[in-house]
Amino acid sequence: MTPLLERKLVFVTGKGGTGKTTVASALALLAASRGKKVLICEVDAKGELAGYYESPPTAFKEREVQPGLFAMTMDTEASLREYLKLQLHIPIVGRIGPVAKAFDFLATAAPGVREIMTVGKLCFEVRSGDWDMVVVDAPATGHIVGQLAAPQAVNGLVKVGLIRTQTDWMLDMLSDPEITGLLAVCTPEEMPVTETIELADRVREETTVQLAAVVVNRVLPELFGRQEEAVFDALAAPGPLAELNGLIDGQAGPVLEAARLAVTMRRTRSTHLERLRGGIDPDVPLLYLPFLFSRSHGLRTTKQVAGSLGEELGL
Amino acid sequence: MMAARAPRTGKRKVDADAPVLTMDSLLATKEIVVACGPGGVGKTTTAAASALMAAINHGSKVLVLTVDPAKRLANALGLDGIGNTEHRVPNAAFKAAGVKPRGELWAAMLDTKESWDSLIRQHAPDEQTRDEILANPLYQNIAGRFIQSHDYIAMERLYEIHSTGEYDLIVVDTPPTRNALDFLDAPERLADFFSSRLLRWLIVPYRSKLINVATKPFYQISDRILGTEFMGDISEFFILFQSMYDGFVERSKAVGRLLSDRRTTFVVVSTLEATPLREAEFFAEQLTERKLHLGAIVLNKILPDYLQGRAGTKVAEAMKDRAGDLAASLAPGLASVDAALGDPTQIARVLTEVADSYLNFQVVALREMEERASLAVAPDVLATVPFFDTDIYDLSGLLRLGEQIWT
Repeated sequence: MTPLLERKLVFVTGKGGTGKTTVASALALLAASRGKKVLICEVDAKGELAGYYESPPTAFKEREVQPGLFAMTMDTEASLREYLKLQLHIPIVGRIGPVAKAFDFLATAAPGVREIMTVGKLCFEVRSGDWDMVVVDAPATGHIVGQLAAPQAVNGLVKVGLIRTQTDWMLDMLSDPEITGLLAVCTPEEMPVTETIELADRVREETTVQLAAVVVNRVLPELFGRQEEAVFDALAAPGPLAELNGLIDGQAGPVLEAARLAVTMRRTRSTHLERLRGGIDPDVPLLYLPFLFSRSHGLRTTKQVAGSLGEELGL
Repeated sequence: MMAARAPRTGKRKVDADAPVLTMDSLLATKEIVVACGPGGVGKTTTAAASALMAAINHGSKVLVLTVDPAKRLANALGLDGIGNTEHRVPNAAFKAAGVKPRGELWAAMLDTKESWDSLIRQHAPDEQTRDEILANPLYQNIAGRFIQSHDYIAMERLYEIHSTGEYDLIVVDTPPTRNALDFLDAPERLADFFSSRLLRWLIVPYRSKLINVATKPFYQISDRILGTEFMGDISEFFILFQSMYDGFVERSKAVGRLLSDRRTTFVVVSTLEATPLREAEFFAEQLTERKLHLGAIVLNKILPDYLQGRAGTKVAEAMKDRAGDLAASLAPGLASVDAALGDPTQIARVLTEVADSYLNFQVVALREMEERASLAVAPDVLATVPFFDTDIYDLSGLLRLGEQIWT
């Protein structure tokens, strides 16, 4: 399998709340720190991406947010306008209103148009040769398949026309596992694992894109080995706990209780991890990122995650 | 212990005699509860737990309409492989959870494709139109594949079930949307869409081949992008749909009215993590702006209170700094329980690990506390649910959650 960082176009997806944007921004930062010229694109324009680099807000026109790393926000209408102007030489200067309206209408009426303008823009960026890598902070697991399958869906519906002629080369690019890959982010919890396994199946059946890796985010540290856990249990018994309380002149109960919670959380999560391992093609690498006990999110956290990701990739 | 509280805002005057609002009283007075919020925060579980509590305590007939429940939860509600129809949660399930409900709990899962099909069957003027629409590839794409259609159909189905008058209370879980508000706009958007001038432009030439100056650029662009044949397909589809226009617009307006009705309330679900919480806050503000009723905010997966105490910090630091000494003192006692437990090095390591873990989780707990204190919205009810160390997959689990938010 082509290593993640050697692919030109990586879509990052994940269930809401699993850290999709964190991982996407860290991956882009990691690639840039290794000398690549990287474009990261936020598709669901919530305007959060900028926060991960502590940069000014991103827009459709890319801006450099870190050395060698450029960020942009997808805008399907702007993407259409660019396409009409550059590719079709349709003069639309001064009539942006009607175009926007027509587009809005078409995008609602003709399924796949919005998706194709998004995927199209990303493929154009890859083809332009301006970038070593394009990282996409893609829609969540529920939407990504519709996005990636859009070129085929459109091919099935549209027999002629300019969109049809464009979807063919897009499909070639998306289907090439040396160029394009999907990175799925999940946490070791019930629903995210279930959705990730379902996603892997749907991506294989309904799209031509290869699942390049699964990131397991927020993995809790293992506190004890087996013998240490026996010691912990003995310490938490009334006698030794009272002795400990006396020695430190305070209540150690809550501190031990917190450790108990951490151990139980990790144990519950490990059953989901096993299910994930069993449900994903063994050829797909699983990358583990630790739970971050940090004060806040920002560039510092993004760098930390990029570091962990680099270690997992064996860099 | 972690109970719902009345608004903590300074803006509102607090009447000492006014009854304290709780989920209990909120659900007793409403007919529709819409659970909404960002993905991955326990929306489905919260919706199911609320419905369960209402069924147990209010003696009413309650339906929980879920979108995409975890498999084990779906099983617990008797929803495996059943799809769109409503099913009563059997008494045996309540018995297993050790409760005797005063009312009934029903559950249904939203099947988008099936709901669209039934909507078409209902509105189509004749059998031929119905069959043509159902067989149209464009229709199949819109109904099955593209996610915006989920937003509308969830609200539409809610309306349909509510109109039957079968249930005292319907709790609906909303689909994960790109934009948290999509499902609120969906009925209006659909009505706009069908009454759009562009739709008329699209259909006119198909009938009369008449293109005027105003519409010409639209056709040029559309044709060049999509091709004439596809434009023809689209036209055909919308001409078929046109026959259902009045029914659809009427219906989507009624759905919109139902959502803003006094009998409907919204429960915003979140965790105290920064990103979901900002999204939930934004959502709550939007609800208020649209004059929709923000009944409650439920904060899930809250770390335990004991992690916040400074006394705990001191203890943990002492355990870490003096691990060696403490271990030496504790070793004989532990060895008397079991010789294998008396290794001072190992005890010291355990003490250090435990203390580190406490301090780590404390950082997260304090961050959560800070987020909670700065919460900028004031719902009638603010309920918090502690972090459960296991997943919720049966009625007992839902009951544990439900009891936390109820009073």
